[in-house]
Amino acid sequence: MAYKTIVEDNIDVLVAGAGLGGTGAAWEARFWGQDKKIVIAEKANINRSGAVAQGLYAINCYMGTRFGENNPEDHVRYARMDLMGMVREDLAFDMARHVDSAVHQFEEWGMPIMRDSKTGAYLREGRWQIMIHGESYKPLVAEAATKSADKVYNRICVTHLLMDESKENRVAGAVGFNVRTGNYHVFKSKTVIVGAGGASNIFKPRSVGEGAGRVWYAPWSSGSAYGLMIQAGAKMTQMENRIVLARFKDGYGPVGAYFLHLKTYTQNCNGEEYESKWFPALSEMVGKEYLDTENQHLSHKPIPTCLRNHALINEVNAGRGPIHMVTMHSFQDPHLEEIGWHNFLGMTVGQAVLWAATDVNPKYENPELTTSEPYVMGSHATGCGAWCSGPEDVSPDEYFWGYNRMTTVEGLFGAGDAVGGTPHAFSSGSFTEGRLAAKAACKYIDDGKANGITISEKQINDRKEEIYKPMEHYKVYRNDIVAGTVNPNYINPRQGLDRMQKMMDEYAGGVTVNYMTNDKLLNIGLKKMKTLEEDMEKIAASDIHELLRAWELKHRLLASESVMQHTLFRKETRWPGYYYRGDAMKLDDKNWHVLTVSRRDPKTGEYTMEKAPLYHLFDEDHEGQEGEAA
Amino acid sequence: MPTFVYMTRCDGCGHCVDICPSDIMHIDDKYRRAYNIEPNMCWECYSCVKACPHHAIDVRGYADFAPLGHSVRVDRDEEKGVIAWRIKSRNGETDLNLLAPITTKPWGQEIPQLADVPAPTQEHRDNDLLLFNEPKYIRLDEGGLHTLESNGLIMKEGVYH
Repeated sequence: MAYKTIVEDNIDVLVAGAGLGGTGAAWEARFWGQDKKIVIAEKANINRSGAVAQGLYAINCYMGTRFGENNPEDHVRYARMDLMGMVREDLAFDMARHVDSAVHQFEEWGMPIMRDSKTGAYLREGRWQIMIHGESYKPLVAEAATKSADKVYNRICVTHLLMDESKENRVAGAVGFNVRTGNYHVFKSKTVIVGAGGASNIFKPRSVGEGAGRVWYAPWSSGSAYGLMIQAGAKMTQMENRIVLARFKDGYGPVGAYFLHLKTYTQNCNGEEYESKWFPALSEMVGKEYLDTENQHLSHKPIPTCLRNHALINEVNAGRGPIHMVTMHSFQDPHLEEIGWHNFLGMTVGQAVLWAATDVNPKYENPELTTSEPYVMGSHATGCGAWCSGPEDVSPDEYFWGYNRMTTVEGLFGAGDAVGGTPHAFSSGSFTEGRLAAKAACKYIDDGKANGITISEKQINDRKEEIYKPMEHYKVYRNDIVAGTVNPNYINPRQGLDRMQKMMDEYAGGVTVNYMTNDKLLNIGLKKMKTLEEDMEKIAASDIHELLRAWELKHRLLASESVMQHTLFRKETRWPGYYYRGDAMKLDDKNWHVLTVSRRDPKTGEYTMEKAPLYHLFDEDHEGQEGEAA
Repeated sequence: MPTFVYMTRCDGCGHCVDICPSDIMHIDDKYRRAYNIEPNMCWECYSCVKACPHHAIDVRGYADFAPLGHSVRVDRDEEKGVIAWRIKSRNGETDLNLLAPITTKPWGQEIPQLADVPAPTQEHRDNDLLLFNEPKYIRLDEGGLHTLESNGLIMKEGVYH
């Protein structure tokens, strides 16, 4: 293969993937390492990459301590309520106590944040959300990251992390290829901060054609955060905790502003409120501690996202679909009508396109809602990701090993979707996690922890061969057939993706089986996945673009296997509405009030699973029992 | 769709190729103009539409659920710091013009170069907890960072209810 090898040496902090987490990391690293070499490697172009590429109309995580609104522990209690208790509260508290400082800087840099004309405070959409004109959110943070970085490599698909050969379990950089030139890139670095994304497109989508691109999470979110770290042998946590979203049908347009700001609400096809009637039975499943039908619903305390999904799914299955979002009242107010459209244009233009195409005028009709296919990620209302160290002053011993946001691989840090157990970070929280990881990475280097790293030529050459293998394979077997895509010696990345999505859907609780799975199904699924893994050795790429898709698929597959293993391990139904274990339909606090932690042995591919204890925040003067903060 | 490119407006400048987060805007070898090579990997994020200097790129809603005959056009003006949208529905009854700011400051000028700001003091370095501009920027007053101690909290193993 004629592709050149380009080596970038002596890097201190390598940021792999620069969405909100990665840009936060690159930006902050410059302050703590003014003389350090900071390099960004990004699959796309950092000005429009990651989940925030098209912008946002809200920042979903802002405490507002400055305006006397919330304290960090209030947010932790909210997140743990929403996730049915399963949160790394040390990491969540740490993110929440820093997040406002990121938002205040965004405003100073030029982010248009709306203000409440009466109070002067930021305009609230909900208790945690503030409203912004965030079309240029990503270009703005990209500019900050570019200012701090020595070099930004756009269009580099990072495929693997490099490992130190003088000390076991220590990171030494990363490798990948340029999706334009095809060149092989080697980044030798003392630390790596993984800012890559979670995973869309690992479960079969509801859409059947072009619409497969209109996934809720970006189609370029290829689970690389997990693929990279799992390959390196980092421990993962809560990978079973996939998320299902209740959204506007087909376009998956956001509903947050509609519920919270525009005061719209849902009803079934007969115009009836339907949620509350499912709650008594649901309360039996999850226990009164998690859904107190009488008190919680009537007192308007938030109902966990998954439980509201459960009601929607069951109402549709009972034959009273579709579920509608009642917009006709609110949209009579022209100001609110405009906000409703702006909300889409600012973050999900495709929903506006769909309403225009189908003549939906929310002033005169109530649009349909649906539940999406599942997604695997760690920054929205779910917490998949790596098992990371927390901050020293908050974390108990089991959660602390020296450096904030460092994974179980030395020198390997995470931010955003990469960090597990930290739901509800969203954009601002992911940026904040990047900043925290960057400070810790600089300290790790200053403490001499990265001294004496060795990377052999063999490791570099082996990876190169591995990376281009799909193109070699294509060349060898292409001419066995006349034309077309059917070849007995290989499959292409789309064919592999289709197979993986079908497997995940049918065996791991996707949309066509109503999110249902069990021990037997998962074991069959894992067996089938092994054969797909074998066939991945025979994946073929006809060009560099297809090579990108091949590697995205490899990362998605690693994430998928982890999801299946974790789902198999947790023998309970912790999040009805996200997925169901048919063989263990109840929430089981006695055995499963724990976090799940896995490790895939990089040499053998074998999984080991363990339970990690859950620590919760309590008021000091409160012995034992504590209710949710109002 | 997914995006498509008007033959007569595109001059093959490649801005869309440069910006597409999904790597699906490519230059066609024969016509030397851009096109969408993989519509089912298009998020309709409009990054390419906004970046096109000739307004040569448009979007036709996903064929598996969106009927023809609609239009959502955009003009993003970095100089003025605004974005203008026009939405036209298939039946023509919805025709909206919407304008929003995209920034309040000249691009990039307010973002400090952290290589040039005063270096963190040893005390700041040794304190594991504070980031750049903290604690000031957390509350924009003299208050410090929240800790378990300051907020009267403890971490305890087990269930919280």
